[in-house]
Amino acid sequence: MLAGTVGAAALWYACVAWVPLEAFRRLPDPVAVVTEWLSPRPTYGISIFTEAYYKHILYSTWRASAAFVAATLLGVPLGVCIGWSRSFSAYASALLGLLRPVPPLAWVPLAILIFAGSEAAVIFVTFLVAFFATTLNTAVGVKSIDPDFFRAAACLGASRRDILFDVVLPGALPNIFTGLQIAMGAAWFSLVAGEMIAAQYGLGFLIMESYNLIQFPTIVIAMATLGLLGYLSSALIRALGNRLMRWREQSIGLAA
Amino acid sequence: MKRLNWRGAVSIAAFILLWTLLARLKAPGFAEIPDPAAVGRAFWEKYLPSAAYWRSWLVSFERVGYGFILSQLLGIPLGLALGTRRTFHDLVFPVVELLRPIPPLAWVPLSILFWPTAELSIVFITFIGPFFIIVINVHDAVRGIRKEHLWLARSLGASPARIFRRIILPSVVPAIAVGMTLGIAVAWNVVIAAEMIASDAGLGRLTWEGYVSHTGTTVIIGMISIGFAGYLSTLIVTYAEKRMMPWQR
Amino acid sequence: MSAALSIRGVSKTYDPQGGASVEALRDCSFEVRAEEFVAIVGPSGCGKSTLLNAIAGFDTITGGEIRLDGALLARPGLAPRPGPDRVVVFQHGALFPWKTVLENVTYGPLRQKALSREAAQAKALELLRASGGLDGAAATYPAQLSSGMQRRVEIVRALMNDPRVLLLDEPFRAMDGFSKATMHQHLLELHRRYRKTIVFITHDLDEAIYLADTVVVMTTRPGTVKEIIRVGLERPRVPQMLYSRAYAELKRGAAQSVHEEARRAFERGEREQA
Repeated sequence: MLAGTVGAAALWYACVAWVPLEAFRRLPDPVAVVTEWLSPRPTYGISIFTEAYYKHILYSTWRASAAFVAATLLGVPLGVCIGWSRSFSAYASALLGLLRPVPPLAWVPLAILIFAGSEAAVIFVTFLVAFFATTLNTAVGVKSIDPDFFRAAACLGASRRDILFDVVLPGALPNIFTGLQIAMGAAWFSLVAGEMIAAQYGLGFLIMESYNLIQFPTIVIAMATLGLLGYLSSALIRALGNRLMRWREQSIGLAA
Repeated sequence: MKRLNWRGAVSIAAFILLWTLLARLKAPGFAEIPDPAAVGRAFWEKYLPSAAYWRSWLVSFERVGYGFILSQLLGIPLGLALGTRRTFHDLVFPVVELLRPIPPLAWVPLSILFWPTAELSIVFITFIGPFFIIVINVHDAVRGIRKEHLWLARSLGASPARIFRRIILPSVVPAIAVGMTLGIAVAWNVVIAAEMIASDAGLGRLTWEGYVSHTGTTVIIGMISIGFAGYLSTLIVTYAEKRMMPWQR
Repeated sequence: MSAALSIRGVSKTYDPQGGASVEALRDCSFEVRAEEFVAIVGPSGCGKSTLLNAIAGFDTITGGEIRLDGALLARPGLAPRPGPDRVVVFQHGALFPWKTVLENVTYGPLRQKALSREAAQAKALELLRASGGLDGAAATYPAQLSSGMQRRVEIVRALMNDPRVLLLDEPFRAMDGFSKATMHQHLLELHRRYRKTIVFITHDLDEAIYLADTVVVMTTRPGTVKEIIRVGLERPRVPQMLYSRAYAELKRGAAQSVHEEARRAFERGEREQA
């Protein structure tokens, strides 16, 4: 596994340093990137030792988290309602079906017009993406619960509230967490786009700025950081899901 | 003939009503947003007959088309190779896993640097999103093929080529279908943003210019057009899927 | 305490929007005495489960009435609510996978606030122990148990509510012969000890005759009662009875009916395809 990564890095370096193509010449090479990233006094002002780096990370992380949390708090209950009640589903699915084909990033200009400020607009678009993913997956999760569980709970004397907490939520939890992971990935994706289009600070903004200021190693640093943050946040959600669904691990026999 | 979803109609009507109210009453934030009727009129009068408008459709569709088809042509074989060849997998998969979380748009500057023309760099970005999706989907599908099926085929004397054609490929087709559906949505999302950032043509650009010039009508028409275009592409992909999997009704 | 069940002229027609209406049950009638073990046999699709759903309260009926101990339970327009007096053990098993065995089993009494937590747990452990030493598995999740153990736990879960009628919907269908035989003896023992009224759905005639006091043979769709057979074998039932003459007589009488219906169902299936 390590061999693969090292190999890829070596290939990258080789391409940039030796391949006489104009295109490769313009790219930053891995050595430059890494030295820049880890240098206490980086040429372009961004490294793990600079405050500015963490400021950008903080902005991006804050926006992504805010959007994600809002999407979860609104999306899961809505998804439960859509999945559980057929009449509610009829109301909501038409409206959602109308709005869903619009790519989330197409909302950016409209959002900026309405929210009159890029910060709120970027968070809104990020929220929208995460919201759709969460709602959809939650609804699917609830709909796919074996009806026998509802019947069993009913004849055991459960109230509707009991059924919500004892059947609906636990039954949909695997799909909810799949949705949350997808939502998290989609949130980062939208966030970066939003930041690149219309924000101050943040990793997406950093990418655009570095490009405009011809600070190429920084571009790669920002990209790598994004990749890392995305991976970490997904891993966190997965870990939380595994903890809440311990009963699944034991049935599959090995952590899947 | 399915009975009409009157509830759905109700909620859509409510939505349009709300929109009209917010726009007419100039609610905070909605100062520059036109009401639905104005949008409809503007579309009918100004956009439908405009060649420039339909050209932006073509431009965006072309980009999505190239990027998406390329991603499938390259991604499906890569996924298959990753799933079937152990050593190849060990070498290449970690790289894939490392590159995958990077949002496609983050590649924009590198892409602009690398590719000689702006068009190529946009197509590249459009390619990246669906590419990783299909690679992962195909790879997971191959890994999920029941060992028993492979053993059985081998014990019955099937050659590796036969096994590949008759067992691996058909098992992978549903995953390809899912990957394509996800991929096309991502491709549209990416192309729109890429156009907003770095291009002078296409539906994304159109919408962005509407924002820049504070013309709410253009923004909304842009959005609706994009939604429509995306919906059409999804229809095309779904049709292709049905042809690929005739046994699933 | 167990109740008597009265099925009189029960009919059920499904009328889906935009589809053809399906007559699942037509004029079913039979009586179940208190503490009696009744098995309902019939080909697939004959409406056995529909009948069970109507008794349990999961679905309505469009004709006739169902009475529990004389009191009206269901009639057209009146849907009984599912409740702990008529608990169901489901075909594919409906133990909550996300709850432990103990949590599953004590679910009913706790949710109905019928017992305190300590009392419920004590009763649960006792019943589990009586079901073959399952009290040791109290803290495990259902997926970790074999299907036979899961079935026993589900039956315990039902019994914990002291139901007036115990409804079982082909509970042993997916089990192999050995497990099934063990479960039969287990169920018979429970019936002997707790004297519950049991309604048992199955497609297996042997199982029906072996377990029940009365076997109700149903026709293929639309389901109605074709024949009611009193099983005169004495209790407690033992496997050797399967080879007795009395058993063979019973089976010969019933098999004719059952095979007729099975063939009709088969032919109808073919006609529907064609």
